Amino acid sequence: MGNPIQTDALIIGAGPVGLFAVFELGLLNLNCHVIDILNKPGGQCAQLYPEKPIYDIPAYPVITGQDLTENLLKQVKPFSPVFHYEQLANKIRKQKNGNWLVETDKGLVFDVKAVVIAAGGGSFEPKKPNIPDLDKYSKSIRYSIDKVDRFKNKDIVILGGGDSALDWTLQLYDIAKSLTLVHRRDKFRGAPATVEKVMSLRDGGKIQFHVGQVNEIIGSDGNLTAVKCIKENKILDLPCDILMPFFGLTMSLGPVDKWGIDLSDERIVVSTETFETSIPGIFAVGDINTYPGKLKLILSGFHEAALMAHAVFKRINPDEKHTLQYTTTSSSLQKKLLNQ
Amino acid sequence: MVVINFISSKGVLKSVNAAEGETIMDCAKNNDIYEIEAECGGGCSCATCHVYIQDEWVDKLDAPTEMEEDMLDFAIDVKENSRLSCQIKIDKTLDGITIQTPEKQF
Repeated sequence: MGNPIQTDALIIGAGPVGLFAVFELGLLNLNCHVIDILNKPGGQCAQLYPEKPIYDIPAYPVITGQDLTENLLKQVKPFSPVFHYEQLANKIRKQKNGNWLVETDKGLVFDVKAVVIAAGGGSFEPKKPNIPDLDKYSKSIRYSIDKVDRFKNKDIVILGGGDSALDWTLQLYDIAKSLTLVHRRDKFRGAPATVEKVMSLRDGGKIQFHVGQVNEIIGSDGNLTAVKCIKENKILDLPCDILMPFFGLTMSLGPVDKWGIDLSDERIVVSTETFETSIPGIFAVGDINTYPGKLKLILSGFHEAALMAHAVFKRINPDEKHTLQYTTTSSSLQKKLLNQ
Repeated sequence: MVVINFISSKGVLKSVNAAEGETIMDCAKNNDIYEIEAECGGGCSCATCHVYIQDEWVDKLDAPTEMEEDMLDFAIDVKENSRLSCQIKIDKTLDGITIQTPEKQF
């Protein structure tokens, strides 16, 4: 374990509710670090529906997921939260002084007084195609690209028709031995300029493109050698060292499942007074929690974040007298908010 | 009431009553059709409410919008009769429709 990062609260999830939790904790002088599995803030708002309008945010007749995220980032800026992206909270351990040590899959360690799980539907992970023996060849199957060198002089087959499939096609075609793109139709969902580039590679014979579906993979000792692709009732054998399926992301509860927190139907059970879980010092807000009457709405998550923050404050400062202050009237709060 | 027949990937039939105006996805979630995930809750944003429409019913539905087609690109094992159930509104013309749910949504 490296040197732990010390702060008041670690927020797991940089979606709208995680961001607003930073704000509410910040009003109470509590500092936060935030981790997220994605490479950007916004959670589902950024990943699933950045351009889709949301109509049920109070005081916004309509706002996109992207704009909501940007506004929240502005709102939390005075509190200088520190973001750590592309990390998954992996292990958690209670210390003698009551603090929690949280370790991410990338090896970061946090020493915090409270953990706030604001992980929405859980952590995002790539969808896997339904191909027999897929797991046997896991070292030949890539859902992202770490080292580009790994793809040099390889026969690559990319599945899908969205931005990821197209972007990686453009990135890899000239270092690969061969690159074949397989998609269920001849229309693509990507940015028009990207689609155009991919089409010109196809027309120029730089890549192969098939409308079809890969349903069988072939190899030995865990290394792929070929895939079978069904195209208009014919079966094509495509040489393949590396298969890259891009069918978007799905969400799963992930390691939180193993932390010993009480769950109900894959959601974290919380008190509606404090939004604390069954383990003192671990809180859960937003879509990931459940309680009688729970509505999975962003606005509910905002409410939960406020109550959670006050409960965290009381936990950290049990003897301090604590009164609710208003941002409209409290000069100390205004100083904090304007002093950025 | 409209009757919707769901057949699971294992071949188990479950016939349920649905209200006009709700979507096939709503109906599936209300009736514990476990092979429908619907992660995004019906926003045509996740492709985890993917279903197969029994052939004779395919043409009775409005054709999928471009948004639905785009999202179907992210479904697993897409076939000619694939649809996203959150995009199909139930009305009385769908009484008796048969829908197969896929083995995997992700």
